[in-house]
Amino acid sequence: MNIVVCIKQVPEVAEAELEIDKSGSEIDTEDLVMDINEWDNYAVEEAIRLKEAHGGTVTVVTLGDEDAEDVLRRALAMGADEAILIDEEGFEESDAFGIAKGLYRVVKDLPYDLVLTGAQASDDGWAQVGLILAEWLGLPFASLVMDIVIDGENAIVHRELESNTQEKNEMSLPALITVQTGINDPRYVSIMGIRKVRRIEIRETGYEELGLAETEIGSEASCVASRELSLPSAGEGAEILSGTLNEICEKTAQIIRDRGGID
Amino acid sequence: MEEILVLAEHRKGMLRDITFEMLNFANALTSQNRMKVSVLLLGEDNAAMAERLENFCDNLLLLDCPEVANYSPDPYLQVLEKVVQERKSSLILMGHTAAGMDLAPPLAARLGLPLVSDCLDVSLRNEHLEVLRQIYGGKINAKLRLKPFDQYLCTLRPGCFSASVNREGSADKVMVEPPHWSEFRRRFVEYVEAELADVDITAADILVSVGRGIGKPENISLVEEFADAIGATLSCSRPVADKGWLPKSRQVGTSGKTVRPKVYIALGISGAFQHQAGMKNAETIIAVNKDVKAPIFNVAHYGIVGDLFQVIPVLKEKFAR
Repeated sequence: MNIVVCIKQVPEVAEAELEIDKSGSEIDTEDLVMDINEWDNYAVEEAIRLKEAHGGTVTVVTLGDEDAEDVLRRALAMGADEAILIDEEGFEESDAFGIAKGLYRVVKDLPYDLVLTGAQASDDGWAQVGLILAEWLGLPFASLVMDIVIDGENAIVHRELESNTQEKNEMSLPALITVQTGINDPRYVSIMGIRKVRRIEIRETGYEELGLAETEIGSEASCVASRELSLPSAGEGAEILSGTLNEICEKTAQIIRDRGGID
Repeated sequence: MEEILVLAEHRKGMLRDITFEMLNFANALTSQNRMKVSVLLLGEDNAAMAERLENFCDNLLLLDCPEVANYSPDPYLQVLEKVVQERKSSLILMGHTAAGMDLAPPLAARLGLPLVSDCLDVSLRNEHLEVLRQIYGGKINAKLRLKPFDQYLCTLRPGCFSASVNREGSADKVMVEPPHWSEFRRRFVEYVEAELADVDITAADILVSVGRGIGKPENISLVEEFADAIGATLSCSRPVADKGWLPKSRQVGTSGKTVRPKVYIALGISGAFQHQAGMKNAETIIAVNKDVKAPIFNVAHYGIVGDLFQVIPVLKEKFAR
């Protein structure tokens, strides 16, 4: 069972206060910690579990700048066998199609029974790249997957739907699956683990080597003409309680009693 | 722009709210731009669903056959490919739902359509499409201006428009010819409902809900003690259930449960829209979060900007007898 996993490095924003940069179309990422996209981390873990159960190899691919090597090393430390970095030069301001073009050119020549990726990325949240790739590779696909069982030539997958419901599907292999968070419990990656894989060579490539023209990727090929960012107005709606911690908690307790019907 | 084509979404014979939300939106957009609204309803034994839709659109395109009884990408793609090309619809709308997210990208790739997913709003300015989205988990708004195209495909975020459509009229019904089906590589087997849970969070008067801000599983007991002290039930947001710190049956949100308690106390929950969709109708919402810009404060009635680990022990004391 050979598996290719497409991953992305994103800024960690859950606890961060974000600021928009001078251009107005990007956020300031200078002070943000970069990490693997959460959905992709689950995809890497799922690939390694499938490899452990069925044998084969796991190849991770990312498109990013030189720092994106960190997420590849992280995946290697988790148990991936090979890693490929597509230099993001030329791909800046690509839409999902632009990114998918780079990935397609790499993945199509790799041996695979399964291509995995996260269902979406936490930064732009397009949730498009994986399935565009499936269409171009001519593969059956399933998105938002919470369970994968390999049954000979087929994969049985559970997709997550709304309202606590899942949908069971069967499809033939090779296939592409986009993974939903919570599908597994991703293993811990230690600094020692990353050190151990530091000698594994990462294959690097770029748009020219992949036979793409500048006009096929980046802003020129994107469907987006311009983008203007703004911060949503903070705390709109909520009355922010003020005072000392004790005063705030006193008020809050009163609200809970009054509204919750506690005597 | 001449036609907006809305793909009706349904499950187990019931139209989903998103279908009416899209229709509401589409009718508002066409009233300004003299476009027509067409709805494509794919399903089996469609009559009852068709009846519910016919007042709300100009054209009702119907395909009634077993191949499209339940959503599945291969048959849906084969029909849509044909319909979208033949009708040359200017704007094709789907929900940013489990079905729409599965269908829109391969359709866009197959037909070379520009796709803007997860739109909160879509408008037309001089033949240019403008779209409002959110990025970085709802922390940043992004207004996108699209380049000019003959056709656009957009998926609309659920819950952004009202599902009650105001429109009187009767649609022209058009029977869609089924395509010459080619192979279905993915087969729908069945819907799987979650097993019954030990606790029903939808029945609670007070919910104490924990999110990513809880940090580690050992901290859950602190919140559990607080919940016990005020007679509340413990629930959570997605990251906590994903990590297995609380069972999935306790998850509030789009893919979890929709709750309407008297009081909802959100602790360390940033408030992604999927979470808000599950709790915004609670009677009173109190949120505790370190980040004053956390989206949860937009739906909360009362906010405490601070560290939940400092707030909860003090708050718990207020309920000590």
